[in-house]
Amino acid sequence: MTATFEPTVETTVSLTIDGSTVEVPAGTSIHKACESVDIDTPTLCWAENLTPVNVCRVCVVEVEGQRALVPSCARAVEDGMVVETDSERVRHSRKMVLEFLGSGVELDQAPELQKWMEHYGSDTSRYDQYELPALKMGEAPKIQDNLYIRDYDRCVLCYKCVEACGDDAQHTYAIAVSGRGFDARISTEFDVTLPDSACVYCGNCIGVCPTGAIQFKTEYDLRSVDDWRPDDQEITRTVCSYCGVGCNLELHTQDDTIVKVTSPADHSVTSGMLCVKGRFGWQYVQPLDPPTRKRSR
Amino acid sequence: MADLYISDETADDVEIAAVDAALGGRFVIVREGERLVRAGTSKRHGHRHLLLPALHALQNAKGWISPGGLNHVCETLQVPPAEAFGVATFYDLFRTDEPKRVGDVTHVCVDAACQIAGSGDRIAELRAQGVDVHESPCLGQCERADHRTGEVAEFVQGVGGPDRVDADERPYELFHQRGDDSLRLLHRVGVVDPTSLASYREHGGYAALAAAIAMGPDAVCDAVADSGLSGRGGAAFPTGIKWRAVAAEQGRPKHVVANCDESEPGTFKDRVVMENDPFAVVEALTIAGFATGAENGWIYIRGEYPLATARLQNAINQALDAGLLGDDAAGSGRRFTIEIRRGAGAYICGEETALFASLEGFRGEPRSKPPFPTTHGLFQEPTAINNPETLLNVLDIVQIGADGYRSRGTERSPGTKLLCLSGRVARPGVYEVEFGTTLGEVLELAGGLTGSGKLRAVLMGGAAGSFIDGSYLDMPITLEDARERGTTLGSGVVMAFTDEIDMVEVLVRIAQFFRDESCGQCVPCRVGCVRQHETMVVLQQKGSLTPERRQLVDDISQVMVDASICGFGHTATNAINSAIELGLVPGVPS
Repeated sequence: MTATFEPTVETTVSLTIDGSTVEVPAGTSIHKACESVDIDTPTLCWAENLTPVNVCRVCVVEVEGQRALVPSCARAVEDGMVVETDSERVRHSRKMVLEFLGSGVELDQAPELQKWMEHYGSDTSRYDQYELPALKMGEAPKIQDNLYIRDYDRCVLCYKCVEACGDDAQHTYAIAVSGRGFDARISTEFDVTLPDSACVYCGNCIGVCPTGAIQFKTEYDLRSVDDWRPDDQEITRTVCSYCGVGCNLELHTQDDTIVKVTSPADHSVTSGMLCVKGRFGWQYVQPLDPPTRKRSR
Repeated sequence: MADLYISDETADDVEIAAVDAALGGRFVIVREGERLVRAGTSKRHGHRHLLLPALHALQNAKGWISPGGLNHVCETLQVPPAEAFGVATFYDLFRTDEPKRVGDVTHVCVDAACQIAGSGDRIAELRAQGVDVHESPCLGQCERADHRTGEVAEFVQGVGGPDRVDADERPYELFHQRGDDSLRLLHRVGVVDPTSLASYREHGGYAALAAAIAMGPDAVCDAVADSGLSGRGGAAFPTGIKWRAVAAEQGRPKHVVANCDESEPGTFKDRVVMENDPFAVVEALTIAGFATGAENGWIYIRGEYPLATARLQNAINQALDAGLLGDDAAGSGRRFTIEIRRGAGAYICGEETALFASLEGFRGEPRSKPPFPTTHGLFQEPTAINNPETLLNVLDIVQIGADGYRSRGTERSPGTKLLCLSGRVARPGVYEVEFGTTLGEVLELAGGLTGSGKLRAVLMGGAAGSFIDGSYLDMPITLEDARERGTTLGSGVVMAFTDEIDMVEVLVRIAQFFRDESCGQCVPCRVGCVRQHETMVVLQQKGSLTPERRQLVDDISQVMVDASICGFGHTATNAINSAIELGLVPGVPS
C-alpha cells in the first residue's frame, strides 16, 4: 500500500475551510482535513487502503485562486489555502456527477451514493425525457463461476478493483480498464472469462467495489430472490485459520449461514485485503448442500 | 519466466518477426523466475515504453492485434495482458477483433473542414468502390479540404506495407507564402530540401544551435524568457518559465518532448513544418535539451502523419551521423539523443500528461496537476514539453536575441503566429502572420471567402475553441485581444463558415468528436460528452430545445468546466456554447 499522504516531516499547516481555521499536519489531503473538522465529503473512487486516482470527481471542493475545482481526496493542503466545501459551484458539480452516474448505471445497491444524490438534489430522470433515450452501460451480468459475479451495469468505473488487483494489493493484474470514453469497461484481456485470466480469486475487487458491480455469488443469488437482508445480518470478527499471517476476517451471516467475508480496511495485517482461502474458503464450516464446490479452472 | 499469467494462444511467425523488428533486439527477454512484486514492477516499467511500437507492429503485420500476438508482446516486455489489452483498445488505429477481410483501411476525415467540403459524399463514393472506409476524426490535412473539388483528407492504414497519405505523393502546393523572406518560422518551407542536412545548412540550419552553445544554457533560458515566447498549443504558458524550471532540477534524468500529436480539429501547421522543415524541429529540440540540461529528447507524433514521421526520422539519422546528436551533440560536451514515438489515434494524447502516459506504454489518460511536468513529467522525471511551432521560435530567439524577436508582434504577444486557414476560404493553408494582424486581414491573406461569400461564423482555435462572427473581423490576432473579446487563438485554427452551411450539423459533429475522443477517466467528461451529444442530436431532430433541455446544456457545461481532470473536459463545451451565444443555432435562445 502506498501511504500517499503520510507526512514525512512533523509540521502543521494552517488553512481555512468554510470560514474556519483548521490546523493539520503537512501532507494531509483536503479530504482528511475536512474530516478532522467533521465536514462530511462524498467519495466514490477514494478508499483508505488504495492510492487516490481522483477520477470520480464527486469530492471536489473550491480552492481560492484555482480556476477549476480540485479533488479533495488527492490534493494536499497548503499553508493559507482557502477551501469552500459547500459553495454553489461545489454543490452543482457534486449534484451533476452523481446525476451523470445515475443516468448511465444502476445505483440501487449503493445506499451511500443514494444518500448523497438526495442531499444534492440529483435528478437522473432529466436525461430520460429525451425522445432519444439516454445511453446506459447496458451490460448483462457476467456469471462465470460460483465465487463471484461481475455486473457491469452497476459499474461506475472508479478504478478501485483495478487498483486492488494490481499495484495496490494483489499484483495480479487480471483486470484493467479497456476501451475509451463511455465505452470504457473493466475487462480481462480480450474479455476472456475469469478462470481463463490471471485472476487468483482473492476477491479483493469485491471488497473495494462501492456499487455492487462485483459481488459474492451468494449475495447475488440471495438478491435475485429478494432475500438479501443486510439488517438481519450479523458480523463476527475472527482470525483466518489457514496460515500464520493472522488476517482478520469479518464473517457476515444471515440466518446462521455465512453469506460473505470481508476484512476491515484499517486492519494492520490485511488493510482489508485477503487471499482466496480467507475470502472464499469457508464452506468447510457449512458444506454446501448438495456439495457443488466445483472450480472450473 | 516471471509471474505473469499468459494464455496458451501463441503468435505466428509473421507477428513475431514484426514485433522483434520493431523492438530491434534492444533488450533481453526476462525468463528467470521472478516474483512480479516491487522489484518486478520496476523492471516491468523499464520496457513498457516499447509497448506502443510493438502494438503498431502487430497491427501493421496482420491488420489487427490477435490474442497470440498480444501474448508475445506481453511476454517480451513483461506487461500483464489485461493491461496491454487496455492500452490496445484505447487507440483508434488498433483493432482487437479479427477483420472480416484483411487489407488497407482508408480513413476519411469527417470533422468540420472536411465535413463541409463533402466528406460524406466521398465516403459513399469510396464504399461504392468496395474500399474499406473508416470515418476518422480530423486528420490534420484541412488545407486539402475543398468544397469546390470535393477533395477531403484521407489516410490509408496499411497492412503488411507502410501507412500512407496518397496526397503526399503530389508536390506540396498549398503553402502560399513560399519564398517570402520576411517569414521567421516558415522561410524554409518549400525552399529547403527537407531530406537533406546539407540543404538545411545552406539555408541557415544549425546556426542557431551553434549560437546557443556559444551563449550557454542559462543565457538561452534567459533569452527565451525575455522574448516573451508562450506555448503555441493553446494554453500559452510562458516557455522561458517552463525551461528554467526544468533547468533548475538536478540529480534526475531529464527530458524534452516535442509534442507533435497535433490533433485539434482544424490544425495542420505543425504537420507542414515537420514535413517541409524537419531538421528545424530536430535542431530546436536539441537547443531545448541543451538549455534545460536534458539528455533525452522525444518526438511524440500522431500516427496519421506518416510523411512527417519519415522525414523526422531521416533528419534524426543524418544529425546523428553528423555528430549533431549523440554523446557529444554538436560539440556541446553534452549527450543528447532523440527518439520518435508514434501515437495511434487518440486526440487526448495531445494533452501533455496523457502524452506522457501514452509514451510510457499506459493508456493515454491525463494525470492530475500538480505535480507539473517540470518536476514530474515523462517517467515522473523533470520534463519540458513544447510543440514544434513553439520550438521553432527558439531558433529565431537565440539568433536575433530577445529584443530582436520582440520587434515583431505586440508587447504582450511578441513574434509571429502560424494560423491554419480552412473552411470556406479561397486559398486554405498555413499562414505565418505577425501578432496584431486583424482577423479580416488574415481572411484576405487566404484569398477571402468562397461559397456564398457571406460570412456566418469563424471557428477560432479548433473544436476546443469558440465560434465568433463577422463583428470580430477587426480583432487583432493577439492573445490579449482574443481573451478580452471572449475567444481564443488556441492552436491557431481559423475556419470560415459561410451562410449556406448548416451549422447545427457542424455542432452535432463537434459534439460527436468529443464524445468519441473523451478518454473516459473522469465522470464529468465521460458522461457529460455523451449527454451533450444527445442534446445536440435532439436539437437536430426537433429543431428546438425545451427550456428544461436548454437548462441541461448549461448544467452539463458547468460541471465539465469545473470538475473535469484536464483541459479536454474544460473546453469540450466551448464551441457549442459560443454558437448558441452567437445565435447560430435556430430554436435555441442564447
